[in-house]
Amino acid sequence: MTTTFATPKPDFSRTPSRNGDRVIQFREALREAMSEEMRKDERVFLMGEEVAYYNGAYKVSQGMLEEFGDKRIIDTPISESGFAGMAIGAAMYGLRPIVEFMSWSFSLVAADPILNNAPKMLYMSGGQWGCPIVFRGNDGAGGQLGSTHSWCVEALFSNVPGLKMAIPSNPYDAKGLLKTAILDDDPVFFLESERMLGDKGHVPEEEYYIPFGQAHHMREGSDCTLISWGRPVHFCAEAAEELSGDGIECDVLDMRTVRPLDIDSVIASLKKTNRIVIVDQSWPFGGVSSEVMAQICEKGFDWLDHPPVRVNTEDVPTPYSKNLEQAYLPNKSKIVAAVRKVVSG
Amino acid sequence: MPTATKSAAKDTPSAKLSDATLTQWLRDMVLIREFELRTMAAYQQAKIGGFCHIYIGQEAVAVGTIQAINKDDPIVTAYRDHGHALARGMDPGACMAEMYGKATGCAKGKGGSMHMFDKPNWLFGGHGIVGAQTPLGAGLAFAARYEWEVLKKSLDGGKAKKKVALCYLGDGALNQGALHEAMNLAGILSTPVIYIVENNGYSMGTSIERGTTMADKLYKKAEAYGIEHRTIDGMSVTQLYDEFKPFVDILRDEQRPGFVDIKTYRYQGHSMSDPQKYRTKEEVEQFKERDGISSLAHHLMNERECLSEDEFKAMQKEVREEVMAAVKFAEESPEPDPATELYSDVYANPQPNLSPMRDYTQGQKNPLL
Ligand SMILES: Cc1ncc(C[n+]2csc(CCOP(=O)(O)OP(=O)(O)O)c2C)c(N)n1
Ligand SMILES: [Mg+2]
Repeated sequence: MTTTFATPKPDFSRTPSRNGDRVIQFREALREAMSEEMRKDERVFLMGEEVAYYNGAYKVSQGMLEEFGDKRIIDTPISESGFAGMAIGAAMYGLRPIVEFMSWSFSLVAADPILNNAPKMLYMSGGQWGCPIVFRGNDGAGGQLGSTHSWCVEALFSNVPGLKMAIPSNPYDAKGLLKTAILDDDPVFFLESERMLGDKGHVPEEEYYIPFGQAHHMREGSDCTLISWGRPVHFCAEAAEELSGDGIECDVLDMRTVRPLDIDSVIASLKKTNRIVIVDQSWPFGGVSSEVMAQICEKGFDWLDHPPVRVNTEDVPTPYSKNLEQAYLPNKSKIVAAVRKVVSG
Repeated sequence: MPTATKSAAKDTPSAKLSDATLTQWLRDMVLIREFELRTMAAYQQAKIGGFCHIYIGQEAVAVGTIQAINKDDPIVTAYRDHGHALARGMDPGACMAEMYGKATGCAKGKGGSMHMFDKPNWLFGGHGIVGAQTPLGAGLAFAARYEWEVLKKSLDGGKAKKKVALCYLGDGALNQGALHEAMNLAGILSTPVIYIVENNGYSMGTSIERGTTMADKLYKKAEAYGIEHRTIDGMSVTQLYDEFKPFVDILRDEQRPGFVDIKTYRYQGHSMSDPQKYRTKEEVEQFKERDGISSLAHHLMNERECLSEDEFKAMQKEVREEVMAAVKFAEESPEPDPATELYSDVYANPQPNLSPMRDYTQGQKNPLL
């Protein structure tokens, strides 16, 4: 039990290996991150729909009720605007809430609290109150859920100053980033994916935190830079593998956070490859990929041998039909085609 | 002054208050009124920008309710917030300077009239979006209860205690979904938030009857969420206190939410640009006859006989001087320096590459901290 309520700075000095045999699911990595921080700081609590007695709509919080009790693992009614706003009030008061949205698609009814209150409170109060809160949940197409349930909110929400946004692609990063998010004094929007919650990977026993704003350099290559965040990182890895077979070597970066955005690593890679493809699972207009392209033009124009190319989801509402949904999402073949275009151009 | 006579009965909470206390309340209300008169003048001289909502007529509500709670009970309100800020003890200079957009304002000129924050006085904001403060109020109460029940000590390491949160809203906010979600949550989780409807009869030009169902039985909205309620006349501060104080005490003790419909009236337009075509002069006059400041002054002068006409005049003069000093302070204060202030207070933990424009910084220390 803590006796004082100071929040320590995350310790980034430990960087245990990403390889090993402690293989757990993405959802377990998230659970470990929350549980570890909740054990250390009683001000941290988890709130959301079905997080307690149902053990989590997607079983992320399984078993947490048993360990922490219903005063800290709190079921809410289906009331996103209400409970998001309530958690923000609690954060202003000095607690450190984690709010689970069953899906970020449902956060749209909470737009006012999460966009108008949380990220602006510190500024509006002239530095008197911040909002140390984590909003987390599934983002992106889950699998034939149609347009209301398949939102990628990163394009819309990352536009707002005052918030931070992390979009992990694997269990190792998910745990380290979420632990950092919980210790951060600013509101963090943490975007997971229903399609990845069952993904397995090595997550070390040893405690570690991953700093925001540092891309993970996944693969070395000198022909084309390939960057993404969240689920499409895997499509990039597949594409890079295929292209390698044809002698095209991609330098692959998993951005991990989009605000802050590790543009320095992108430019460093670009200086090596002079070509870039940006893969983004949200719509192209005014989105994260557009932002990356804009920053590349501002900071790396002279190193470009070909205009940057982006692969987004198609610019239509998310369709239901399996084949339409597949045609809509970014995938390996779209990425391969994009890379071929920039390297041949 | 029938309301004053009523509360003079010996066994009411206000009857037990000392002459000095009630005289202080009178001064608190006079301060709000005089402050708002100067605010209007400054607005007309274009010293104050943006939207600006005047509290004149409603002074008894802020003063009477805030006097019924403890200094470290959190409160949160809407955009008509100068009265709450002053009643909570905000320095009038910091309040006026905020509206002048000065670096010495309570939010360093980053919030404005609608967004008054005062951490040392537990004022968690004026909030500009109608109804937005209502889930926040539930959250403040949730956190206070969590502090007492889970942490078992206060966040600053002191002894845990039972608190209540006051959350003010206009009658217009009754129609926002946020309030209904917040009341349901407060009911379910039994958070000790007290929703105080400052029912001044209008949201902008929409009379309450045209805006909400059961306008004469607002308590039914609270009943729908299992929340105990009171309907209170808000023109007399003593009568308001007599009914509100025991209610607060029960809710604090039993740690559950409440709802109060306080009937009040704003004498001025909705904001500084309102020709007021939607109401009659007679209606305004009817409420002015029951003015909260006059009725308390009358009570103190004629019933308690603890305040003379001259003393009251002297009080008003002193308050006017205090407000003039606040205006002078605001006038003479420096504007925030864009070089240090534009990009500060955006992040508590600024780090590189958060923005393509430039790095964020830590700004000047807030004058209230
Ligand atoms: C969500 C939202 N919609 C509209 C407005 C514009 N607006 C500001 S005040 C107001 C009237 C609110 O009236 P009420 O809640 O009764 O408060 P009062 O002004 O009487 O204090 C309106 C419509 C707003 N600020 N927020
Ligand atoms: Mg009103």
